[in-house]
Amino acid sequence: MRKTFFTRFFLVATLLLAQFTFANEQEHEAEEHGKDLKTEIKEYISHHLKDSHDFSLFSYTKENGEHKYVGFPLPVILWDNGLKVFSSSKFHHGETIAEVDGNHYKLYHSKIYKTDSEGTINYDEEHHPTNVKPLDFSITKNVVMIIVTGLLMLWLFTSLARSYAKNNGIPTGAGRFFEPIVLYIRDDIARPNIGEKRYKKYMPFLLTIFFFIWFLNIFGLTPLGINVTGNIAITFALALMTFLITNFTGTKDYWMHQFNPLGNTMPWYAKIPLYIILVPIEILGLFIKPFSLLIRLYANMQAGHIVLMSLIGLMFIFKSWLGSPLSFFLAFAISLIEILVALLQAYIFTMLSALYFGFASEDHHEEGHENDPELVHL
Amino acid sequence: MEIPVMVGAGLVVIGVGLGIGRIGGSAMEAIARQPEAYGKIQTAMLIAAALIEGIGFAALFAV
Repeated sequence: MRKTFFTRFFLVATLLLAQFTFANEQEHEAEEHGKDLKTEIKEYISHHLKDSHDFSLFSYTKENGEHKYVGFPLPVILWDNGLKVFSSSKFHHGETIAEVDGNHYKLYHSKIYKTDSEGTINYDEEHHPTNVKPLDFSITKNVVMIIVTGLLMLWLFTSLARSYAKNNGIPTGAGRFFEPIVLYIRDDIARPNIGEKRYKKYMPFLLTIFFFIWFLNIFGLTPLGINVTGNIAITFALALMTFLITNFTGTKDYWMHQFNPLGNTMPWYAKIPLYIILVPIEILGLFIKPFSLLIRLYANMQAGHIVLMSLIGLMFIFKSWLGSPLSFFLAFAISLIEILVALLQAYIFTMLSALYFGFASEDHHEEGHENDPELVHL
Repeated sequence: MEIPVMVGAGLVVIGVGLGIGRIGGSAMEAIARQPEAYGKIQTAMLIAAALIEGIGFAALFAV
């Protein structure tokens, strides 16, 4: 029963999606005519890594120099003294200037700037544009992927929970794959780090973070060119959530430990010279720990994608019988490693978040009571 | 890119390689001593390796 629902759902989703796919014909200017292979590969790689306002699946150039893009445009939502919503097909992949309600917008390097009808962009000394940027709330490719992943996780786990209820606690189907993983997160990540009393509060967040990052990393490896976790804004949001949860559920002992690390072991006048060095380091550590989560996930994913796409591009540069198959096999091996890295990075993020939660919710240890000379040991 | 930048990036990679290599080496020795603790040792090794790799990546991206 569930199997036919699954296949029907995906059939309907694919058919619906296919309604929106159409090819745009493009005529390219003469400046692009003399592009050599290396710049074209670099452009392709940076297009893969960056976010964009339309969901272009792939594009190809016909023999007479026309580019055809296959994909569908996404809505652009701007706030510029009023809400402006329009489709990103008006940008024509950065070629033309969209005119909406008398304002002109130009897409330059995946950012939207407000210009006049000519499309002039004023640069400052470092060749950065100085035009006004309206607030950009558009549904870009990354937002679509996050929504899709969220819906996928919602569907997957609610059906998993329902199958538990129907079968008296024994999972069926896909549940048999996910149950050991969920139990592993509970028994080997949450319980040892957070302790028996409080781990249940943090379990939903840890499970969500683990599967979210894992699924997004795996989606980034597909050839559709969706690089969500390699985007520093997204990993910043995830690390920010860990930071907020750590600090808002920290017990009094946690904050005492931050500002009074040595506790009762020394009299107060002896602690002052040490605290001048120690307390700033502790406070700095409060921010650096989630920051390292952010950088680790972002840099791992970004670097992995760059290496993989460069190796695939290398296949096209070596147009020989020896070089291309070698780079193909190397790219294949590296993509297998990337699958491992996807799971590993999700695990590390979850594990370190659990560790920080454990620090935040630890109970009062007996500090300094062991050296009490009044106690008589028999 | 300038020469000092490239030298700095090379030093970072040397540091990361040495660190993770040492952890891997001691993990192998520990597994050889007590093969039934293989799972826990592997877990601890991966955590330490990911921490070092995180610092390495941060340095490389700053460079």
